[in-house]
Amino acid sequence: MTRTRLAIAAALMVSAASAVTTPALADDQDFTLIERGRYVATAADCVACHSLPGGKPYAGGAALQTPFGMLVAPNITPDRETGIGNWTEEDLRRTLREGIGRGGKRLYPAMPYPAYTRMTDDDIHALWVYLQTLEPVSNAVEANQLPFPFNIRLLMAGWNLLNFEPENFKPNPQKSEEWNRGAYLVQALGHCGTCHTPKSALGADDNDRALQGANLQAWYAPSITADKRQGIGNWSVDQLTAYLKTGANHQSLASGPMAEEIQNSSSKMTDADLKAIATYLLDQKPPEGKAPAPLAADDARMRTGGAVYTDTCMACHGGDGKGQTFLFPTLAGSGLVQADDPATLIRLVLDGSRAVATDDRPTGPAMPPLGWRLTDADVAAVVTYIRNSWNNAAPPVSTGDVAKVRKTLAEAN
Amino acid sequence: MARKLPHKDVVIVGLGWTGSIIANELCDEGLDVVALERGPWRDTATDFNIGYAPDELRYNSRQELMLRPAQTTVTARNNAGQTALPMRQFGSFHPGNGVGGAGVHWAGITWRFSPADFRLRSHFTERYGAQVIPDDMTIQDWGLTYEDMEPYYDKFEYLAGVSGKAGNLNGQIQDGGNPFEGPRKREFPNPPMMQTYGPTLFAEAAAKMGYKPFPIPSSLLSRTYTNPLGVTMGQCTFCGFCTNYGCANYSKASAQTTVLPVLMRKSNFELRTLCEVLKVNLDSTGKKATGVTYVDTSGEELEQTADLVILCAFMLDNVRLMLLSGIGKPYDVSTGTGVVGRNFCYQMANQVVGFFDPAKYNFNNFIGGGATGMAIDELNNDNFDHGPLGFLGGGSTRCAPIGAEPISKRPTPPGTPAWGSGWKKAMRDSYLSNLSVGCEASSYANRGNFLDLDPTYTDRLGRPLMRITFDFPENDVKMSAYVTKKVGEIVRAMGAQQAVEYPRTGPWSTVPYQSTHVVGGTAMGADPSTSVVNPYLQSWDVPNVFTVGANVFPQNSGFNPTGTVGALAFRAADAIRSRYLKSPGPLVHA
Repeated sequence: MTRTRLAIAAALMVSAASAVTTPALADDQDFTLIERGRYVATAADCVACHSLPGGKPYAGGAALQTPFGMLVAPNITPDRETGIGNWTEEDLRRTLREGIGRGGKRLYPAMPYPAYTRMTDDDIHALWVYLQTLEPVSNAVEANQLPFPFNIRLLMAGWNLLNFEPENFKPNPQKSEEWNRGAYLVQALGHCGTCHTPKSALGADDNDRALQGANLQAWYAPSITADKRQGIGNWSVDQLTAYLKTGANHQSLASGPMAEEIQNSSSKMTDADLKAIATYLLDQKPPEGKAPAPLAADDARMRTGGAVYTDTCMACHGGDGKGQTFLFPTLAGSGLVQADDPATLIRLVLDGSRAVATDDRPTGPAMPPLGWRLTDADVAAVVTYIRNSWNNAAPPVSTGDVAKVRKTLAEAN
Repeated sequence: MARKLPHKDVVIVGLGWTGSIIANELCDEGLDVVALERGPWRDTATDFNIGYAPDELRYNSRQELMLRPAQTTVTARNNAGQTALPMRQFGSFHPGNGVGGAGVHWAGITWRFSPADFRLRSHFTERYGAQVIPDDMTIQDWGLTYEDMEPYYDKFEYLAGVSGKAGNLNGQIQDGGNPFEGPRKREFPNPPMMQTYGPTLFAEAAAKMGYKPFPIPSSLLSRTYTNPLGVTMGQCTFCGFCTNYGCANYSKASAQTTVLPVLMRKSNFELRTLCEVLKVNLDSTGKKATGVTYVDTSGEELEQTADLVILCAFMLDNVRLMLLSGIGKPYDVSTGTGVVGRNFCYQMANQVVGFFDPAKYNFNNFIGGGATGMAIDELNNDNFDHGPLGFLGGGSTRCAPIGAEPISKRPTPPGTPAWGSGWKKAMRDSYLSNLSVGCEASSYANRGNFLDLDPTYTDRLGRPLMRITFDFPENDVKMSAYVTKKVGEIVRAMGAQQAVEYPRTGPWSTVPYQSTHVVGGTAMGADPSTSVVNPYLQSWDVPNVFTVGANVFPQNSGFNPTGTVGALAFRAADAIRSRYLKSPGPLVHA
């Protein structure tokens, strides 16, 4: 039933994406429109930030740690006092497209308006209609918890001047409809770049290196381009689609922030949309960086790392680094493993993580935390080892790199 | 007065193997199901970290996964003439505690019972005449056949990903499998595990002697496997920490690694841990259960009403709840009448330890698993002619190196000094060059062996403890002596310098661990005068109460019980789904 509905919604959206503006439907109780709005909210993953775990959806979220301080996603249920019950559709449109909320309040780009600015008016309308159907929840949220001077919202006018310009989604007429649908989902609704695109010193997306991997909240979100070594260039469209739909594929299992994304958002999207995303992403071909020469097997770090690997990792990930499909990720050939920034890899060893469980892949296996029994030197060695074994090649990791991640994790906990 | 909670369709007592299988099936039927578990939540991801899962001190010496005697225990005695005393430390068997139950710390050996097992009294009577069954041996038929069980064995094996080789496919005997097993409709879901040196040597010696060795059917998986529910399990690494341990590698089948990832996602399922059920409540007629009363950790008594009550706790607790709730007529040993508590049985754990020349043999027992190894079945059940032998029954014989735990494993040949340099030398010599071959053998019901409520001792909640009155019947001791001698011959043929035979002898002691294969007490059957539940595990007396566990076995076979317990869970669930829900009431009219 839901699937049929989503399929209908998706069909509508595909036509919308080809930049044909359909006239807005007048009926706010229109079932199809509400369902489409729900789908837009899902694809945009609004619930991820605007809800607390176990709390009412959209009633306000958890604190988001940014490099500039703390921000909390506000209550977007139609409650008049604490939510957006007094807003107009135009208020929502300006929020999404211009980063300017009701009453001219400047938003911080933790709200990904630099991505949502590309949303179509039809999608914004559908989202607006859907948000009106939510149960109003009274929950006052102090969104701006930044320290001085960042707490001055007007500063964002200057930031926007330097970093942001409202724009429409620009389809590429050279590419297929599917590719363009994928581009819209990645660039606008999915706001993939929020995590995966490197940031400038001012925290703006560095669009010259779009989707090539970025460090955020003590996770390194790896490259999701077709880079064969550090990205997902060895995955097929079907393999990437499976990953987004089920949280697992032949090589990898999603955990951390990507697990949340899959749970809330992509696992609930249509197969056609996920395939479109995969088609677009796997067509993003950055200049391949020159792979470093792998460390020699008799390098002291490799020998120590190999010993730690045998004792600690091999039972699950295998002597050949191949792991076990849908259970233990394949380390050989992994982009995350070979990423220049090893933060996520170090973090997984120290702190462990749990893979996302979905209806299709309900297992939800865990990488156990091992930081309590491995020293920084052990972790550096084993991470260096897996980055330079089984045809992997990546710069070695130092004890200091590990100490830094350990410190960040201790502060976050 | 217990606080009354909102009504549920089904309340399940205990969330181990059977509870989770049935809960999942009934949730699929759309029912609103709550499970009450006396122990804590346990999960691979959160509880079995690869870094500490093989901690022998924690899990074996201190039994972290087991029931604490302070929670509840049992009293035990060998016969009705004695005064039973409480077990203040579990020894002989290890009831589990917490989600997954004893299925968390099991070894993983997963048999089907043989066709003769399910009609045992009829089978012996037909083959040898009724006189071969001693008067005090109260063995009986199960009220169903192997053919009835086959589809449900299949379901459990595919759920658990059992690794093995079929010995009988649709009546065709298969090379390399157990030729004595009942016909299977299809192969095991996974191929057999790899074999280490010891079992390989055992199989070679046994084959030379004319036996037909085959790999032990194992719920430790030989390869990565995704079961029909979509849950993925990993390949076993032979780490050697299965029995008494949780598996950190997702390799050993348990509720955690096969059902719970799916069950816990269901919105019509609710689990309440650390909630101990006090009794099943009956209405004024005594013919209908209204739900259960339980106590949570704050000590508050709560009443959970439900249309269906399913007892899926450890077998001793299922029997005890029936007795505490007044469901079924308690067994009276003096008259041999009544049924609840009757036919309590165990299993005869026999063993032969071979000591080999350390210069020539290194079995490296560190590489092992609870269910890896090779077996023969010629010495089991009625697979050999008992006519001239003066006893009935037998056991599954297997060389299964379960691992070599560094604290408890102390294999030294008889005559070794208990300490000092002589002991050290013997330890050094025999640690890697010893090998055990076990024979887990049948335990047949006897009218003097039973369960009832202890007249003296109570648990922390003031309820009488379960009292076990049990000793090994003469038949079983004779059988053990016979099969152990045969196993000794094989171990000597393997080349052991010394083969030390340990046939199980009486009296039964509660101290040394033997197995957790205690069974019976609420036997299933077609005759209400000798059974507590019908062949669908439904109470004869209170038809909206079912109980699923080894407590429904009328006697024990020479096989480990879990495969049969799992199959019975699927069968009971199927009967509830396909028949009971359409017309609630007795499924069998006696």
